[in-house]
Amino acid sequence: MIFAGSNGPGSSQHSPGQQKIMLAHGGGGRLMHQLIDDLFITILVDPEYDAKHDAAICTAGGAKLAFTTDSFVVDPLFFPGGDIGSLAVWGTVNDLAMCGARPLYLSVGFIIEEGFAIEQLQRIVRSMRAAADRAGARIVTGDTKVVEFGKGHGVFINTAGIGRIDHGLEINPARIAPGDVIIVNGDIGRHGIAVMASREGLSFEPPITSDLAPLAAPVMALIEAGVNIHCLRDLTRGGLATALVELAQASGRELCINEREIPVSNGVRAACEILGFDPLYVANEGRFTAFLPPDDLDTALATLRAVDAEPHVIGAVSDAGSPLVTVKTLMGTERVVDMLSGEQLPRIC
Amino acid sequence: MKYIDEYRVPRAAEQYVREIRRITRRSWSIMEICGGQTHAIIKYGIDRLLPKQLRLLHGPGCPVCITAAEHIDQAIELALLPNVIFCSFGDMVRVPGTSSTLLVARAAGADVRVVYSPLESVAIAQQNPRHEVVLFGIGFETTAPAIAMAVQQAQMLNLKNFSLLSVLALVPPAITTLLDDPANTIDGFLAAGHVCTVMGYREYQPIADKYGVPIVVTGFEPLDILQGIHMTVAQLERGAATVENQYSRAVTAEGNLPAQKLIRDVFQTVDRNWRGIGSINQSGLALRPSFGDFDALHRFTLGRSHSQPELRCISGLILQGRNKPHECAVFGAECTPEHPLGATMVSGEGACAAYFRYRQQKIEPGGSIKDITK
Repeated sequence: MIFAGSNGPGSSQHSPGQQKIMLAHGGGGRLMHQLIDDLFITILVDPEYDAKHDAAICTAGGAKLAFTTDSFVVDPLFFPGGDIGSLAVWGTVNDLAMCGARPLYLSVGFIIEEGFAIEQLQRIVRSMRAAADRAGARIVTGDTKVVEFGKGHGVFINTAGIGRIDHGLEINPARIAPGDVIIVNGDIGRHGIAVMASREGLSFEPPITSDLAPLAAPVMALIEAGVNIHCLRDLTRGGLATALVELAQASGRELCINEREIPVSNGVRAACEILGFDPLYVANEGRFTAFLPPDDLDTALATLRAVDAEPHVIGAVSDAGSPLVTVKTLMGTERVVDMLSGEQLPRIC
Repeated sequence: MKYIDEYRVPRAAEQYVREIRRITRRSWSIMEICGGQTHAIIKYGIDRLLPKQLRLLHGPGCPVCITAAEHIDQAIELALLPNVIFCSFGDMVRVPGTSSTLLVARAAGADVRVVYSPLESVAIAQQNPRHEVVLFGIGFETTAPAIAMAVQQAQMLNLKNFSLLSVLALVPPAITTLLDDPANTIDGFLAAGHVCTVMGYREYQPIADKYGVPIVVTGFEPLDILQGIHMTVAQLERGAATVENQYSRAVTAEGNLPAQKLIRDVFQTVDRNWRGIGSINQSGLALRPSFGDFDALHRFTLGRSHSQPELRCISGLILQGRNKPHECAVFGAECTPEHPLGATMVSGEGACAAYFRYRQQKIEPGGSIKDITK
């Protein structure tokens, strides 16, 4: 996403002059969206471009290009199922894929802390190369900066990417239509739990590994199979719930999901029960939601299964006009799914 | 998942709902004590499945909600001291005191760390001998044993840089305070399963006897809550008022005796100020004099907090079961999770936050408002 970063105005008790950026401003919730809308987009972005899409769509010499950037500050740098290197490559590849673009070229910027082990940096760089090869993208330029000890967290990585759109589909929230089916490409929440467990020294048996994966291949397969994709969105920091709320607001449509159909592995469910988290808000790095006309559903499911995904139909777009997300609970009642203010915090008891 | 899935079976829930409808003859108000129960009720829409004669009131059992602003002010003052590492459970860091939160203090440079277990703060004190480590001791009888254990460990390790800011509170005195209020409308209680896992439920029988209210120890899954409501209504309809245990897979009459001993060894009861309710006699836990060296209030000299109640906020009435969140004039308008006027909006387990998160108003085509808040 072009603007995926940190915070906006804090609490009502503080005058604007006293407001400070808090971690919650980077949590993917409402505070972050306020910051992006009120500050970054207002001042920086040409109104011609849709800065809240996963990537900007630009034209150059008759070619339709997608362009995006993302920065990675994950702690720990190595986690079950991946590391900051593969995450930095696939995060950007996936933002391009969500516009239906085939990833072509990537840039890489390293901000390295003094004292960081070169052996670890080598592991990260090799992982980036393997990730780029697997996604069919080429890393063609980069930058290196070193900051004083204590002023970074080992290594931060920024990547930017250019992809090419060589089909006529318009993939964006404006095309979400009443009756569309909503699918996800696999079980949700594994990345967030894997990273948190690794950071906090919690262990689960069997271990929970991140869902981190490149998403260009399944998206290209859907396009090549002729599926009329209306919209795609990768599920990142704020989880499935935040992605759906963003899309409900961007499309002006009411999205109805069914709690029973949302795939969550037993390990993630157990971890969420222990910590008081809702899996709907836990981060993912290899999951996306797709909006399709119902006639294309069977083709889409078969295509995704053929590329080793485990797609699930989780809901549909209502013909009502409220721009919100509702969920049918296990008990058969209906409730609203909201965006969180900041990050989820573990419950006390 | 064992112990979870079987308590979320829709068909079994339908049977309980039918049975509750069948036995309910008169109007009753039932209060669930614990914020975790409130959260489950709103998340699963359990209150909407019940017959109209049953009104669920959301009780004062959310540790974050009832922590008085002056204690949060003390926490922030401690956290902002140079050389202090301040440890807190996660959802406390967002809660406003008089004018700030621990998160805002962290953004201003305070070293505020979220811990998952009180023992982590002891480890932090061992790893940082040149820093003062302060643990924010929040919660009820549920968190008290682990906090007591952290203090005991610190004493055994002879740590000189560890202290506790205890604002621990006890549930039974709050129940009797609600029942003593002449305006009380509560007919029965769902007692908090986790609190009773530690304390057992013998101490609730005198309350049931004195006030003539049924008290049913209840768990946190949808079926637990429906069964607890069914047991409470059954008692009310037949004029009974005793303590029953729905949550028997976790709770015994005597509770967890070693945990109770830990609490007794380390803490003594004191009067405690509850946010929105006021001071309740002997409803708090403070360190015994033998652990006085570990009391942050002894170790540091703190200024006096000048907490002013937020006049527009009715969270006190909500915590006493007198009002529901959507009956507040500022709910969802001036008061939201980003700009909370009271702790019931800021804590994930607070009734206002649960209503805001799960039951916002829904705008119908044409602009009319379908109110799904009620």
